[in-house]
Amino acid sequence: MYAALWRILPGSRWVKIAILSVLAIAVLSVAVEWVFPWAAATFIQPETVVEP
Amino acid sequence: MPIRNKLPRFRAPRGGKSRTRVPLSISLRRTLEKVRRFRFTRKVVDNIIGVTGELLMTAGVFVLLFLGWHVWYNDIVSGIAQNNAGAALAQKWNDVPITVPEFDRTEGNSSGVAQTPEPPITKSGANAERFATMLVPRFGPTFERAIATGIDPKTVLNIRDAGIGHYPQSNNLGEIGNFAVAGHRTTYGAPFGNIAELQVGDRIYIETDAGWYVYRFRNLEYVWPNNTRVLRPVPEMSIKAKDRILTMTSCHPKLSAAERIIAYSVLETFVPRELGAPSEVAAIKAAG
Repeated sequence: MYAALWRILPGSRWVKIAILSVLAIAVLSVAVEWVFPWAAATFIQPETVVEP
Repeated sequence: MPIRNKLPRFRAPRGGKSRTRVPLSISLRRTLEKVRRFRFTRKVVDNIIGVTGELLMTAGVFVLLFLGWHVWYNDIVSGIAQNNAGAALAQKWNDVPITVPEFDRTEGNSSGVAQTPEPPITKSGANAERFATMLVPRFGPTFERAIATGIDPKTVLNIRDAGIGHYPQSNNLGEIGNFAVAGHRTTYGAPFGNIAELQVGDRIYIETDAGWYVYRFRNLEYVWPNNTRVLRPVPEMSIKAKDRILTMTSCHPKLSAAERIIAYSVLETFVPRELGAPSEVAAIKAAG
């Protein structure tokens, strides 16, 4: 998968690394901004209240 | 024998453009032939296992990233945001002209620390409405978090504008009885992250537009999550209330929902806004 991604990226090795860095930052930003908050609200319920 | 020799051939007409579209019928037949000839060779199996492995490793990395985000990043960012939101809310009260009635300062109140016989009652409003801030010097020099009505995680406890929620079934702020609030011990800004560090006599200030309710920490208690008796006007008891209690609930142990940690404080005094902030509060305002 990652080998194929490396092959289809254009340019020299450093161009590929630059493109991949931008992609990684984009993926991380999406995760931190939207995916992680959703996952925390959906899957984790750290209860801090007393309830019957 | 290579597959491609058995696939239907298409020869572009001579002299035409070099990139000629392959007719759909031939393209389809080629695809069908490829599908027919597909075998789970060693190479194909290796590829499937390889891609599956890469996907699993990627998922693992994202789970670790998520945990780091949840336990550290979001906690720190939310904590800073909650302090700023609390400070901004209190600043708003400081900016408006004082509308509370003059308090009687004649009897033994010349020291500047007002001992009003009856602190005003601050009713909590609609769900998620912020009506007070809490300042706890023991929780750090910048700790100033807003208190909102309700204990709903999504609209009060988890958000960056509040963090502390008032149990609507408990008494209002300033009433005789029990003013009970909840806050996270870990994650989401962790307002009560240091609740177990409170020491007897520590002051806890609750600020409203009227002034400062000054509580003094009394004791901790560890209870089961369903122990709502801690919210009674006299916690754990069925007797008539005489004092004004502040009850803080949070989870225990850290990062777990197995038990609850409860901190009790008693109202010591109320300082009206026109007398100015108590020195510990002023220090927090200056630092924040």
